[in-house]
Amino acid sequence: MNKLKFLLAGVAFGIVLTKAQIISWYRIYEMFRFESFHMYGVIGSAVILGIISIQIIKRFNIKDFEGNPIIILPKQKRYAPALLGGTIFGFGWALTGACPGPIYILVGNGFMAFGIVWLSAVLGTLVYGLVMHKLPQK
Amino acid sequence: MRELITAPWPWYVAGPLITIIMVLMLLFGRAFGISSTLRTVCSIGGAAKLSDFFRFDWKDTMWNLIFAIGAVLGGFIASNYMMPDQAIDLNPATIESLKAVGIAQPGAEYLPAEIFNFENLLTAKGILFMVVGGFLVGFGTRYAGGCTSGHAISGLSDLQLPSLVATIGFFIGGLIVTHFILPYIL
Repeated sequence: MNKLKFLLAGVAFGIVLTKAQIISWYRIYEMFRFESFHMYGVIGSAVILGIISIQIIKRFNIKDFEGNPIIILPKQKRYAPALLGGTIFGFGWALTGACPGPIYILVGNGFMAFGIVWLSAVLGTLVYGLVMHKLPQK
Repeated sequence: MRELITAPWPWYVAGPLITIIMVLMLLFGRAFGISSTLRTVCSIGGAAKLSDFFRFDWKDTMWNLIFAIGAVLGGFIASNYMMPDQAIDLNPATIESLKAVGIAQPGAEYLPAEIFNFENLLTAKGILFMVVGGFLVGFGTRYAGGCTSGHAISGLSDLQLPSLVATIGFFIGGLIVTHFILPYIL
């Protein structure tokens, strides 16, 4: 029961990304060709409202539903990995037209071939875990 | 009224709703980010034997996998009950560029049917788009420390510099593939 709220939040996420066509390969393709404002509007408005929301949470010390302080851990200051890993991710994003959230949601949409994309992404994560010490990590 | 549900949702509806979901996760005492589920799956599968990177108690991260299962369900609900058709209103320039490389009906469905299907797994093209593409997503996101949700949405909302760097990386990679590679492999 405790976990049900995460399931429901996920359902909402899946509905929003499907209804706004964010899971479409075409939307990612046109985004990278700067031929539509749609994805920039989605990400831009989410981030601007997100900045405002997080500032409100911090300024007013808003607690979570269990009464604990909301602690947002800072991202590790790994700039080379962010840039290199980000670029590798971008290669995959443009090929599949999907980042991890949409991979799940596309399977729900009935595009079962994305089960293969998901398995490949799990394999990519696994291989990263095996070779991470050979890569720049700062 | 019914139109509100059946018509595609514009960016100014989707963006704020994504923010609400992110804030909701914070109020649940968790951080919004999907790609960690891939690491959790590796850990559940016993990858701790192969690398310490997967040595953690995956039961602590099950909430994230439950969120992802919810996302699958949400995709099912939306596609079956909330949308009469899948057509995407694309820029004529986008359609032109895709027809030029042999995509028969750009925007008729969410995905180009020519690429994403099981039969194509026997072709170099299908392997490149589905297997190599998926692999790069999984590898890159973990190396970068997050994906679009963890870096571009959560991280940028918290004004995290590493997230800005990662997001710039996402675009460098995406722009290179879209402009210099897709025209030759589509």
